[in-house]
Amino acid sequence: MRPVYMLSGGITKFAKAHPDKDFRLMVKEAFDAALGDLDGRLTTRDIDGSVISYFSDHFTGQLKAGAMVQDFVGLCPKPNIRIEGGGATGGLCFQAAVQAVASGRFEVCAAMGFETMSTVETWKGNDFIALASDTHFDYPLGGFYTGYYAMMAVRHMHEFGTTEEQMARVAVKNYGNAAHNPFAQHRRAVTVEEVMKSAMIAYPCRRMTTCVMSDGAAVCLLASEEAARKFCDHPIRVAGIGSGSDTMRMADRPHGRVPLLAHESEGDYRDLKYPGVHSFRAGRMAAMEAYGQAGIADPRREIQAWELHDAYASAELQQYEDVGLCKYGESGRFIDDGHPTIRGSNPVNPSGGLLACGHPVGATGLMQLVFCFWQCQETIARHFGDPFCQVKDVRRAAAYSHAGTGTYVTISILEKP
Amino acid sequence: MKLPEKSEGPWVTNFDPLTRQWTYSVTYNVSYAEDSPFFHALARGKLLGSCCPRCRYRYATPRTMCMSCGGPTEWFELPLEGRVHSWTICHFSGEPYLAECPFALGLIEFEGVDTLFMTRLAGIEQPRIGMPVRAQFRRKQTWSVNDVYFVDATAEEARP
Repeated sequence: MRPVYMLSGGITKFAKAHPDKDFRLMVKEAFDAALGDLDGRLTTRDIDGSVISYFSDHFTGQLKAGAMVQDFVGLCPKPNIRIEGGGATGGLCFQAAVQAVASGRFEVCAAMGFETMSTVETWKGNDFIALASDTHFDYPLGGFYTGYYAMMAVRHMHEFGTTEEQMARVAVKNYGNAAHNPFAQHRRAVTVEEVMKSAMIAYPCRRMTTCVMSDGAAVCLLASEEAARKFCDHPIRVAGIGSGSDTMRMADRPHGRVPLLAHESEGDYRDLKYPGVHSFRAGRMAAMEAYGQAGIADPRREIQAWELHDAYASAELQQYEDVGLCKYGESGRFIDDGHPTIRGSNPVNPSGGLLACGHPVGATGLMQLVFCFWQCQETIARHFGDPFCQVKDVRRAAAYSHAGTGTYVTISILEKP
Repeated sequence: MKLPEKSEGPWVTNFDPLTRQWTYSVTYNVSYAEDSPFFHALARGKLLGSCCPRCRYRYATPRTMCMSCGGPTEWFELPLEGRVHSWTICHFSGEPYLAECPFALGLIEFEGVDTLFMTRLAGIEQPRIGMPVRAQFRRKQTWSVNDVYFVDATAEEARP
């Protein structure tokens, strides 16, 4: 495989609804923003093909919507494929585009994602999302993903002593960061008390520790080394990609041994049954593959900024452990000690994450990578009009995209060349 | 000639940008196929799991093929008593289940069985992990996984 570089990225501000823009126009705006960032040096003529991601045909009410995006942004008659994988759709789209360039098939590839969730009310949206659980065994019990994550969180609390306050602290951190991010949907800092008083959705997941429905689009432009040199002054290298999967039904997850990262040992987890429903084995597998490619031995020291998939605050805690920012069972203390805050030792979701930015599913994983790209370029201040969210001295930034109850996970690591 | 005018509505929820309502509903004929014996058994007040004759791995939620060796599994009768492995109470949900909120969900573990079973918990105000629970079956079948739910095994009415 040859090296792959990210040249630029674009995001349409995520919002509850964009009734004035259909999905084609949202993607076009993000696409034009990405091209605009290259000062007109790269045009549609230079793009060899695209990968387009959106999660739900139900939300879109339009099959083959990817073909309509390809058409609208002016990339016909070039190759295009649609990628779908639940909440990880955006991360999978990015990785498919990386592979298209790495294989030598394309010199330049556009990864474009969107979701229009405002077409239905929130409770109908919950129903559509729940169709991404086993419709014979899981969905009929209540049709509600927050319920599944709540059960994982309750087990995490039981295994490791994690508390509701620690989940609230994740939300406070992320909303606080997003107050400085103009692309975010929720831009108001909140307190632990406010989060703890917000309505209970499914214990222990509350209104303010659960992400909301969004409309939005995001685009990443990827290229070979030669094309990167031609079109971009500050390309960022894709240092590694990894992904993993797990059983569709969380009830089927095994209770075995922990696959160890380089900085962990057997003795750390003598009594832990893994993954059970408290941990994301797919996230651990994705981390192992991506770290191997990027040559990372200790992610705590070698990755300076993370965008994790905080669709629920509890899931962000679980993910600290899966990616090895702390050991299994230590995520509560990790947030209590402030490590994942923007000026902490391991900043997580400096953008505000899904909780604050929104989660227009097919765009989310790409949005995370645009933020990671700007972190590595150190251009957050220019793009946000505010330097607050820029992590200091970023050499590598990583994005974690996540589907189902951990059914697919992708991790993509960007690195300053 | 003129086409007949249409009068059904309301169709437009906003004029600019023009936003029109569209209702699209479907009735599917969904086969449980190889999982049918599980649903048949619920009607007889039995819970069936799957056991791999090669790996001896026992699944509380049916899988007709073993996920570790790939071979066919055999049906076996699960005990009707288990323990709560995890739980939640849903105060909000997807549209078809909104009217049932709040409702409790549980993952059930069974002695000597390797995986879990997801179900509704009924009549338990405050579920807790490790709580003994017992399967109850609906008298009138819905022919869905909701034909079984679990109640507090220590409660009077839970005794068989």
